[in-house]
Amino acid sequence: MAEPRPVLEMTGIVKEFPGVRALSGVDFRLFPGEIHALMGENGAGKSTLIKVLTGVYSLDGGTITLDGESVRFGSPLQAQQAGISTVYQEVNLCPNLSVAENIFIGREPTRAGRIQWKRMRKEAAELVDRLGLDIDVAAPLSSYPLAVQQLVAIVRSVGTVDGDGAGLGTKVLVLDEPTSSLDRDEVLELFRLMRQLRDEGVAILFVSHFLDQIYEVCDRMTVLRNGTLVGEHLVRDLDQVGLIELMIGKALDQLEELHEHQMRSDVGETLVKAEGLGRTGGIAPFDLEINKGEVLGLAGLLGSGRTELARLLFGADQPDSGKVTIGGEQVSMSAPNDAIDAGVAFCSENRKSEGLVPDLTVRENIILALQAARGWTRPIPASQRDELVATYIKALDIRPADPEARVGRLSGGNQQKVLLARWLITQPKLLILDEPTRGIDIGAKTEIQKLVVSLSEDGMSVLYIAAELEEVLRLSHTIGVLRDRRLVARLTNGPEITTSKILETIASGEHQ
Amino acid sequence: MSATAQTPKAAPRGSTASRARATRLLGDRRLPVLVTAALFIAMYVAGLSRYQNYGFGEPQVFLNLFIDNGYLLVAAIGATFVIMSGGIDLSVGSMIGFTTMFTAWLVERQGLPLLLVVPLALAVGAFGGFLMGYVIHNFEIQPFIVTLAGLFLFRGLCLVISKESISINDASVGTLAQTRVSLGVGDLSIGAVVALVVLAVAAYVLHYTRFGRRVYAIGGNEQSALLMGLPLGGTKIAVYTVSGFCSALAGLLFMLYIQSGDPLHAVGMELDAIAAVVIGGTLLTGGSGYVLGTLFGVLVLGLIKSVITFEGTLSSWWTKIATGVLLCAFILIQRTMTSRRKA
Repeated sequence: MAEPRPVLEMTGIVKEFPGVRALSGVDFRLFPGEIHALMGENGAGKSTLIKVLTGVYSLDGGTITLDGESVRFGSPLQAQQAGISTVYQEVNLCPNLSVAENIFIGREPTRAGRIQWKRMRKEAAELVDRLGLDIDVAAPLSSYPLAVQQLVAIVRSVGTVDGDGAGLGTKVLVLDEPTSSLDRDEVLELFRLMRQLRDEGVAILFVSHFLDQIYEVCDRMTVLRNGTLVGEHLVRDLDQVGLIELMIGKALDQLEELHEHQMRSDVGETLVKAEGLGRTGGIAPFDLEINKGEVLGLAGLLGSGRTELARLLFGADQPDSGKVTIGGEQVSMSAPNDAIDAGVAFCSENRKSEGLVPDLTVRENIILALQAARGWTRPIPASQRDELVATYIKALDIRPADPEARVGRLSGGNQQKVLLARWLITQPKLLILDEPTRGIDIGAKTEIQKLVVSLSEDGMSVLYIAAELEEVLRLSHTIGVLRDRRLVARLTNGPEITTSKILETIASGEHQ
Repeated sequence: MSATAQTPKAAPRGSTASRARATRLLGDRRLPVLVTAALFIAMYVAGLSRYQNYGFGEPQVFLNLFIDNGYLLVAAIGATFVIMSGGIDLSVGSMIGFTTMFTAWLVERQGLPLLLVVPLALAVGAFGGFLMGYVIHNFEIQPFIVTLAGLFLFRGLCLVISKESISINDASVGTLAQTRVSLGVGDLSIGAVVALVVLAVAAYVLHYTRFGRRVYAIGGNEQSALLMGLPLGGTKIAVYTVSGFCSALAGLLFMLYIQSGDPLHAVGMELDAIAAVVIGGTLLTGGSGYVLGTLFGVLVLGLIKSVITFEGTLSSWWTKIATGVLLCAFILIQRTMTSRRKA
């Protein structure tokens, strides 16, 4: 089959940040009418490549050719005008405006400078209709869930119907992790839209951490590792194992190790005991015991009350009923400080908004919780502090291993490790991990899981929340099953417990 | 959840749809304007019943609200643009004071004709706003600080012109100030007419021009607006230019109303303007509101003053107290509305 001419060609792309070479000579090409996956671990340079392409970062070397012409973008606006549109993980639209306006703003149909509202709504409705979506374009964007907002962002980037207005004429559509906060139905809807656009000749660059999604929707993929190109493959030519090996650059032995991790049954005495703990609108009252050195996994669908349960145990939300005892002593749990004093640590699922301070250094971020626990009047001696930080950077393999690097510059997986280090340094008795592996690559994922195992072996109790059932199953001694904001079952992990057994329990919702 | 009707929904979501409808109703952006309008009408009716025998019902009493507050309305319209874009302008009062001094000085001391002085004053005001907008955008400094600097700067410039007030005896100013436009049941001053024209223009610009929609977009989410390819800098600078222009125009109207220039004119009026905007239902965080709401905000503040005058026994400080209470109440209403919208 003769290959058509690529719509986009990037050759020898180099991008340097102070002290880091983020991209060294990467080649990338994109054909019209294909969905192309950009794969790689966190820190492999995916985001950097996209930002260079979309004009957010300037280029330090290499060339970009769009439709046979050499281009160089100084801003996202220039890239957009050239026909490269981007939809980010966070929806970048204005929630206060209507759907129609969000689609058209900046290129509204006007006559003599006056916006033609009727025509704009009509065209927006036609466009939404043509793309097979059912959205009321007159309603404010904020009245729709995130998934729909994301679809609107795509509609916007695809442009107008007939082109008699100022159409964008999108040639390249970049989707940067659009699926990470969508549920299954919403993902399917997104894929349907992607396929339709592909069939219309749009070249789509798709980034996702979900391998299954890549295999479901993509035609071709480019794999990056440590800022270099590893290869370009047709999706049907490369299986998942092969892809993972390409991404992490080594065979899967270390992943296998975890599967063979023996579940210990000799967990210690009860550490945390919750009785009738509950909160209206959060989670129905539940009883829960966590033993010393036990990993308690929480399984349940998104919105089943996993996070709400964890927040109650950390005092981030105030319970309406029930009580908590930790190590035999009752804790009031009226604020996170009470929980921290009792030895509870909580790694939030929103590491960006609720956890890390991006403008501080790795060292400062790591030391934050320990310093807070000691009180601000008793600074940690510099030598002890540096030693501690160095230990944890090494133990968790935080890259770059530079305590003075700004956390905002780190990749997602490394940010997660910094957050973990912060809490580990306080040596908690109970560590609550809410989706610690979300949005991070498979290598870092494995490391974090291994860490959980070794922490538990050292006697730390862990409450582990993850969307992937395999992950919960692999790590937990006990599994708490949640459904509709209620703790419905407590399963002791063993050979007879499988993901389908957990799914059954979720589906039936029976107490056991 | 009609949004993605193509996909069959397995999960029970029926309650979500009705909740969404309720949210939409409570979160309707027109609601705060209606609340303010209703408040104004209620106050007016209450005033009618209490002071009927003192002539409160005269149409002219109502029209006087526009005559006595025309300058505030113009200043508040400028402030609406700024607040809608998510910013704040503290230099309004100083700019008004400066304009009165500047025009009085040019007309009285330099003998320039009013026809030349008016465009000059407007240009100076717009340029002042432009400079502040430029600094805010290009140096990424909070508007609060930049316009605070503007507040001191223009107030100081008043004193450079003269330490004493300059009364205006120029015949053309006098004629203009006395001119009345008859409406049959009463009449309006030139200042009130200008203010209403500015209101109409502002409503058109905000609703029917790309610039106006950009103001909303930036107020809604500045980062998104940038990523959607909207000219962020130009819009922000334009917003402060509009505010500077409106302040200068308000200064001219104030000068017509008072017929003097004084370095201490309109001290703190920026706060009245901001209060009117907020009472009119515009969110201080930007992105939501209507210039019509600002009109009702100004009218409510004006009506409080009228009522206190009619009461006769109350000190004028009660105006401030009533404004404070109202402002507090409206901020709380806004707060509950935005939190509902998020839920």
